[in-house]
Amino acid sequence: MRRGAIGGLVALLLLASVPFWIVGSYYVNIASQILIYAVFALGLNVLVGYAGLVSLGHAGLFGLACYAAAVLLGVGVGHTVAIIGALAVTLIGTALFAGLALRATGIGFVMITLALGQILWGLAYRWLSLTNGDNGLSVTARPAPFGLSLDGATPFYYATLVVFLAALAAVALFVRSPMGASLKGTRDQPRRMTALGYHVWLIRFYACLFSGLISGVAGVLYLYYTQFISPQTVSLAASAEVLLMVISGGSGTLLGPIAGAALVVMVKNVASAYVERWNLLLGAIFVAIVVFMPEGFVPGSVRLARRAFRGARGAVARLPAEEGP
Amino acid sequence: MRKRLHRRRFLLGSGAAAASAALPLRVSFAQAAPLKLGLLTVKTGPLAQGGVQMEQGLSAFLKDKNFTLAGRKVDFIVADTGGNPAGAKTKAQELIERDKVDVICGPLAAFELLAISAYTAEHKTPVLSLAAAEDITQRKPNPYFVRASATSAQAMQPLADYARKDLKLNRVICISEDFAFGYEQMGGFQRVFEDGGGHVLKKLWPPLVTADYTPYLAQISDVDAVVQGFAGSNPTKFMKQYADQGLKFPVLGGEAAADDMLMPSFGDEALGLISAAPYTYDFESENNTRFKTLMEKDYHTYPGQYAALLWLNGMVVEAGLEKTGGKTDDRDALIKALRSVSLKDTLRGPVRFDHLGNVIGNIFIRRIVKENGKLANKTIKVYHDVSQFWTYDEKWFLAQPVYSRDYPPIKS
Amino acid sequence: MTLWLLLSINSITLGGLLFLLSAGFSLIFGLMRIPNLTHGSLFMVGAYFGASFFFVWIHLDFWLAALLSALLMAAIGGAVERLVLRRLAGNELAQVLVTLGISFMVADLCLMEWTGDPISVPTPLALRGATRVLGVAFPIYRLAVILIAGVVAAGLWLLLDRTRIGAMIRAGVDDPQMARMVGIRVSRLFTLVFSLGAGLAGFAGIIGAPILSVYPGLDNDMLPLALVVVILGGTGSLLGALAGSFIVGFLYNFGQALLPELAYFVLFLPMVLVLAIRPQGLFGLRAP
Repeated sequence: MRRGAIGGLVALLLLASVPFWIVGSYYVNIASQILIYAVFALGLNVLVGYAGLVSLGHAGLFGLACYAAAVLLGVGVGHTVAIIGALAVTLIGTALFAGLALRATGIGFVMITLALGQILWGLAYRWLSLTNGDNGLSVTARPAPFGLSLDGATPFYYATLVVFLAALAAVALFVRSPMGASLKGTRDQPRRMTALGYHVWLIRFYACLFSGLISGVAGVLYLYYTQFISPQTVSLAASAEVLLMVISGGSGTLLGPIAGAALVVMVKNVASAYVERWNLLLGAIFVAIVVFMPEGFVPGSVRLARRAFRGARGAVARLPAEEGP
Repeated sequence: MRKRLHRRRFLLGSGAAAASAALPLRVSFAQAAPLKLGLLTVKTGPLAQGGVQMEQGLSAFLKDKNFTLAGRKVDFIVADTGGNPAGAKTKAQELIERDKVDVICGPLAAFELLAISAYTAEHKTPVLSLAAAEDITQRKPNPYFVRASATSAQAMQPLADYARKDLKLNRVICISEDFAFGYEQMGGFQRVFEDGGGHVLKKLWPPLVTADYTPYLAQISDVDAVVQGFAGSNPTKFMKQYADQGLKFPVLGGEAAADDMLMPSFGDEALGLISAAPYTYDFESENNTRFKTLMEKDYHTYPGQYAALLWLNGMVVEAGLEKTGGKTDDRDALIKALRSVSLKDTLRGPVRFDHLGNVIGNIFIRRIVKENGKLANKTIKVYHDVSQFWTYDEKWFLAQPVYSRDYPPIKS
Repeated sequence: MTLWLLLSINSITLGGLLFLLSAGFSLIFGLMRIPNLTHGSLFMVGAYFGASFFFVWIHLDFWLAALLSALLMAAIGGAVERLVLRRLAGNELAQVLVTLGISFMVADLCLMEWTGDPISVPTPLALRGATRVLGVAFPIYRLAVILIAGVVAAGLWLLLDRTRIGAMIRAGVDDPQMARMVGIRVSRLFTLVFSLGAGLAGFAGIIGAPILSVYPGLDNDMLPLALVVVILGGTGSLLGALAGSFIVGFLYNFGQALLPELAYFVLFLPMVLVLAIRPQGLFGLRAP
C-alpha cells in the first residue's frame, strides 16, 4: 500500500515538473495532448473495463461536448457558461445514447454505439447551419481562469494537469465506491446481481452517464487545445482510436488507459516525425501487446516485472547461503 | 518487412559545398543560418496519392536548386499530418515551435488549412498552400497566406464560360461530393453559367464516402451535360460507374476530377472528359519540361497539379527570398515580398498574386484523349489572367455569401 | 417509373455484392464469436491481389485471378487465425485490439506496395456493356454479380446443410462445448471457418473491383456496410446474411435517391431501430 503511495507521489512530482525537464513548447503540448486523451480514455474505461460494455461511439460524446462548447462560444457566451452548457448537453446526449444502447449487451451494445456514433458524425457533417460542416468551427480564445492566460503551452499544460488529476480522482473514487463495486458485479455476474436485487440496468445507466461526463470534460479540454473542431473528431476512426488506447493500456485498471493514451499519442505525433510508416509501427505495437501482454500493457508489464523479480529473488535464494557455519 | 527510420531533414552539407564551389561569387551573400522550409502533407490514408506528389514536386525543385535558394542553404522538413485537422495542427506546431521553420508549404486539404490558419497567422509564418478554401483569400483572409494554385471556383468559373460560349450548353446537372470543396466548385460554375443564360437543373451531393453512385446517376436525365467536381480517388470510380450505367451525356469536370496524375488510373470511359485546371501536363514551357523530366527521373512519376503546384511554390519562395535578399527574420517584409512575386516563365505560364494573396494566372481547359495508346489531357483553350473573382467586381463578389450547398440557389 | 425500376434492380445487384462481402463476416462471427474487424482489410487486399493477378503484375484470366486471390486470402486468413487469434479465445477486447492492429498494418503495407493511386479494374470482356431489363438499361456485369452471389450462397448452403463438415460447423455454432465433448475438433474447425471467411472476403473484393475500383481507404469504406448487413440480418445464419444484404441494398438505393437530406442516416438509423427492438437482428438465431 505504501509502495503505491510513494509511486503516486513520484508520478505527481514528475507530471507537475514536466515543463522543466521536457525541452521545448512543442513537447509540452504533446504532454497536454496525452493528458487530454488520458481523460477521454479513463472515461471510456469506466464502461469498457468496469462495466464490461464496449463502446465504439464514444467519439460522438466527446465531439458533442466540443461542438456544444464551440457553438455556445460562437454565439458569444462566456467560457464558464459554455463549459457548463457543453457538459449539460453531453449528459443529455449520453442519457439518450445509453437509453438506446443499453437495450442490448455484448456485441449488440458495440453495434448500437457504433451506429449512434455514426449518426452523430452525420449530423456534424450535414447540419451546416449549426456545425459549418467539414469547414469546422474555430474558437478564438482560451479561457483565463483567475486572470491567468492559458495561451502558452506551459500554462495550458498546468490547467490540463489540474483537470486530469481531478478526473483521475473522480474515476478512482467511483471505481472504489459501492457503486463501482456493483458495476463490476454487473460486469462479471449480471444474472446473480439481478437475483440479489440490484437494478442492473440502472447501475449501467449511471455508469454511462459518468463515462459520458468524463468524456465531455476531455472534449472541452480538446476544444480549447486545438481551438478548432470538425466532423473528423466524431468519426469512427476516432472512436476506434480511444478504444485502442483503453485496451492496449489495459482495461479495468486506472493506469492502463493513461499508458494507452501516451502510447498512441506519442507514436502518432512524435514517432511519425522519424518513422515514415508509423501506421505500420502502431499496428505492430498493438499486435505485439496482444501476443505478449493480452491483458494490456500496464497489467502485462506488472506481470512480467513480477516474474523477473521473482526470478531474481529465486536466484538469490539458491545461492550457497544454506551452507552455514 | 523493414521499418526504415528516416530523419525527415534534408540538410546536405555536401550539396551546399558543391553549390558554393560552383558559384564562388554568390557565397558572400549567403546568410549563415539555413532557411528552414517545412512541408505539411498527407502520406497515409485516402489522400496519400496527392500528398506524396506534393512532397515529390517540392523535393524535385529543391534538388534541382541544390537545396540553395537565393544563396541560402535550405533545411527541408516534411511532416505527415495524417489528413485530419488535429494532425495538421500538431504538425504545424511541430514545424513552428520545434523546428522553427521560416515558411510552410501545404497543407493539402481545406479542413486542415482552416484548422491551422489562425495559429500560423499568429506566429506570422507564411503559408503557401494548395488548399482551395475560398474564404482564406476572400471573406476571412489570412494575411500571411499565399495561394499559387486556385480557389475552388477559380477554374470552374471559366469552365462555365467555355460551356456556354464554346460548347453552347444550355441545361446541366451538377454532381459533386457533399463537402465544402464540392459546394464551392459547383457554386462557381453555377453562377457564371446562369449569368451566361444557362440553366442548372439539379445539384446532387453524394456523401464523400459513397460506394455506389447509382442512386444519383439514376436521377440524371434530360440534360446537355453533367458537371462534376469529384476529388481524391472518387473520379475514377465515378466515371466507371457513369459509363457502366450507359449514360452518354458529355461530362465536364473540375481540377481534381481529371488531374493528370489520374491518367494511368482511368479506363477508356474517361475519354472526352473536359476539365479546367490551373496546371496541365502538356503546357509548353521550358520550366514545365524541366519539371516533367525531373519527376520522371527522380520518382518515375507522371505528375499532376499536386506536384506541379508545389514546384511552383518553391519558385515563389525563391523569388520572394531574392526580393528580401535572403532574409526571413522580418516576416512582414517576407510576406510582402512573397505576395509581390511576379513570374513570367513557370510551368503554368505567368503568375502573380492579388492583394489577398491568391494567384492570378492561366486556367487550362483540356480534354482527355488517347495518345500512343495512353490517356492524356490535351489543352483546347487557355484563359489568361484569371483571378479568383472571374470578371466580377471584387467588392460585389465579397459582398455575396460564400458558395455553399444552397448558394447560389436553384432557380425553379 | 424508370427511376424506381432502376433503383430496384440496383438494390438487388448491390445486395448481391453486399452478400459476398458479409457472408464471410457472418460466418466467422456466428461460429467463433469474433467480430473480425480485419474484414474490410481482407476485402481490400483481395481486391489488390486480384487486380495484380489480372493485369498489374501478370495477365491472367479475370476469374482465374479472382480464384487465386481468394485462395491466397484464405491461406493468409488461416495463418492469422492459427498464429494470433487462437490464443485469444474468449478475450473479446484482445480480439478487437489485434484485429484493428492488423488492419492498420495491412493498410500501410498496401500503401507501400500499390501506392496511393487508385486502380480502376476493367470489366472482364465477356461481361462488358449493358442490357435491357424490363426496359431499363443495366450493366451486364452487375447482373452477373447477382448470379455469382447466388452461386456462392448455394454453395455455402450445401456446405453447411449437406456435408459432414457443415454439420460440425453448425454444431459448433449452436454449442461449442457440447461439440467438443462429442469429439469435434473445434479449434481445427475454427481455422477452417476463418480461412473460408477470409477467402470469401478476398473473392468479394476482386469481384466488386470493376464496380468499386481499388484504392486506399476501401477497407474503411466497406467494413461499416458489412457490419450493418450482419446486424440487420442477424448473425450466425446464412439466411440472415442474405436478407440483410438485400435490405441494405434497398435502404441504400432508395434512401439516397429519395431522402438525400438523410443520406448519412439511411443505414444507421434503421440499424439502431432494429437493434433497439430486436437485438439479434431480423433473422438471427439468438441474442448476441
